[in-house]
Amino acid sequence: MNVTIKTLGLAAAMTLAAAPAMAQEKLKIGLLLTLSGPSAILGQHARDGFQLAMKDLGGKLGGRDVEVIVVDDELKPDVAVTKVKGLLERDKVDFVVGPIFSNVAVATHKPIVDSKTFYISVNAGPSNLAGKSCNPYFFATSYQNDQNHEVLGKVAQDRGYKKVYLLAPNYQAGKDALAGFKRHYKGEVVEESYVPLNTLDFQSELAKIASMQPDAIFTFMPGGMGVNLVKQYRAAGLADRIPFLSAFTVDETNLPAQQDAAIGMLSGSNWAPNLDTPENKKFVAAYEAAYNTVPASYAMHAYDAALLIDSALKATGGKTDDKDALRAAIQKADFKSLRGDFKFGANGFPIQDFYLVKAAKRSDGKLETEVVEKVFDDYTDAYAKECAATN
Amino acid sequence: MTATFFAIQALNGLQFGLILFLIAAGLTLVFGVMDFINLAHGVQYMVGAYLVAAFSAWTGSFGWGLLLALPTALAFGLLLEVLIFRHLYDRDHLDQVLATFGVILFLNQGVKFVWGAAPLSVPVPEILSGSVEIMDGLLYPVYRIAIIAAGLLVAALLYVVVSHTRVGMLVRAGATNAPMVSALGVNIRRLFMIVFGFGAMLAGFAGAMVAPILSVQPGMGDNILILAFVVIVIGGIGSIRGAFLAALLIGLVDTLGRSFAPNLLRLVLDPSAASQTGRAIAPMLIYIFMAAVLFFRPSGLFPVKR
Repeated sequence: MNVTIKTLGLAAAMTLAAAPAMAQEKLKIGLLLTLSGPSAILGQHARDGFQLAMKDLGGKLGGRDVEVIVVDDELKPDVAVTKVKGLLERDKVDFVVGPIFSNVAVATHKPIVDSKTFYISVNAGPSNLAGKSCNPYFFATSYQNDQNHEVLGKVAQDRGYKKVYLLAPNYQAGKDALAGFKRHYKGEVVEESYVPLNTLDFQSELAKIASMQPDAIFTFMPGGMGVNLVKQYRAAGLADRIPFLSAFTVDETNLPAQQDAAIGMLSGSNWAPNLDTPENKKFVAAYEAAYNTVPASYAMHAYDAALLIDSALKATGGKTDDKDALRAAIQKADFKSLRGDFKFGANGFPIQDFYLVKAAKRSDGKLETEVVEKVFDDYTDAYAKECAATN
Repeated sequence: MTATFFAIQALNGLQFGLILFLIAAGLTLVFGVMDFINLAHGVQYMVGAYLVAAFSAWTGSFGWGLLLALPTALAFGLLLEVLIFRHLYDRDHLDQVLATFGVILFLNQGVKFVWGAAPLSVPVPEILSGSVEIMDGLLYPVYRIAIIAAGLLVAALLYVVVSHTRVGMLVRAGATNAPMVSALGVNIRRLFMIVFGFGAMLAGFAGAMVAPILSVQPGMGDNILILAFVVIVIGGIGSIRGAFLAALLIGLVDTLGRSFAPNLLRLVLDPSAASQTGRAIAPMLIYIFMAAVLFFRPSGLFPVKR
């Protein structure tokens, strides 16, 4: 028995030793996403978006064959760090693409950038990584976390809402969301209500909202909380009377469960499935054909991440050894983003447009968010200045 | 902050309290009669919700789903009793806690395996899908009123069964002195089994009733179990009457506390400090309330006389 194990171990070691020599030509990309638990749907959109891009690019990035290694961070920072070490040390990946959640991004940031591997976020954009702890090896094809909330704050301000009711789960991202909203909103906040994370029954909040009669409410209720809040808000008859502004609450990952209850509700985003660019139309149609659901922004960010890597490798002739040359090529962002205008700021975060979007039913009966108006043009995040100061 | 607003929040508190009562009723009997700590009681609430989701999807009607889910929840409770819990009655509390905690882990993973991790939603039954306007601009779903009615009905039925039937008498006797009941020739094991099965069914009924208004997901019974323990401790272990009163009190304290604590604090603090402190205090209120009750009545509001 012992001999067998040793032999197997030896065989495995030899295979491992042989692998780098064989795979020298293959570009390795680690996809670090949340693929299990209640938030798995977000990671699935990102994974499917990346793989769709790989298919559209003929399985190659910058002319090189690609091996994509998908790992599940389980939305646990400690698990994510262990898996990232596997990607870096065992698989020796050239890029890490992901994650969805900011706590995972913060925990995995150091091991990845310390190993001089490029880290491309497809969603998470925590303020410290955009500001003080920005790093030349970290880029985001998404946004800085506050920005979608800022869109709604600006809209509430521009529409002249005098009294707004704010509602968020009681944890860091919830507090950041309300802070982001208040960056541009200068009117009165009648209530800043925090409910325990994973609250599912909002009936007493709804009574409070109805009694305070605000001009609008703003909320950040990701996942199952958002599904319940939207349904109960509609059932309480408030949806037609008090505008419902939200971010990461009414999007294509939640709409299949929210159904008609969400129609007309406003949200902020850097993209929407109906955004009118030829590339985007092709992407949405192909995504729906392949996965039978309307893509959410996570899928778009991941698709763009693949295009970004492809463009950078084309510029370096497929080489990844010269990190400075590769970084300069990434920084150029020489690709056609699905969302239209796109360039990187000095902190590796996009300078892009933001839109007010609205949930609507398409003629084929599926729900999606649709652009109402552009709110910010070539918008830079609020933390970019702090990054420039540290570099 | 009008009287109507207070009334609505009281209604919300009442509804929450009645759901808690349905869960706590079984728990308090199992704990009081059998001296058995069943942490897996919350899981039976979750199982009830999943059963009604599965059966109403299968039959296409919530009513049939509920009718099928209840006997299944009962059978499931009995199955657990025969397979696992029966072997734990004579062991000490730590063994019971460990074993029933294992059942929680097993069943949480089990529902994930069968139904997936994504939350399921159950449509509100057609005849109860309307709503009434109870306050300027706020509609109250009829279904929630139905939950209140169903909770009160079950409470009344339990009262009749426990106070005015032979089985109820044996249950009360068992709660006071189980060895004596056994010595008088009553098959105490069978009594335990019946109590356990019906406790499981009540928890399942609570899960089934909330399924249309909350999403059905793995682990949904874990938080509510803690509250159910708070309820039976306040009410007095083994007392249905105590569980009823304590459940309503907890429901009201929690709901009203969350909505009014910040406002009351505003009288003494400036608004931003009040909202921050209110937010911190509101979730603690029920535990403060429990500590206060236990200070004055260490064995709960309606202790079973021994």
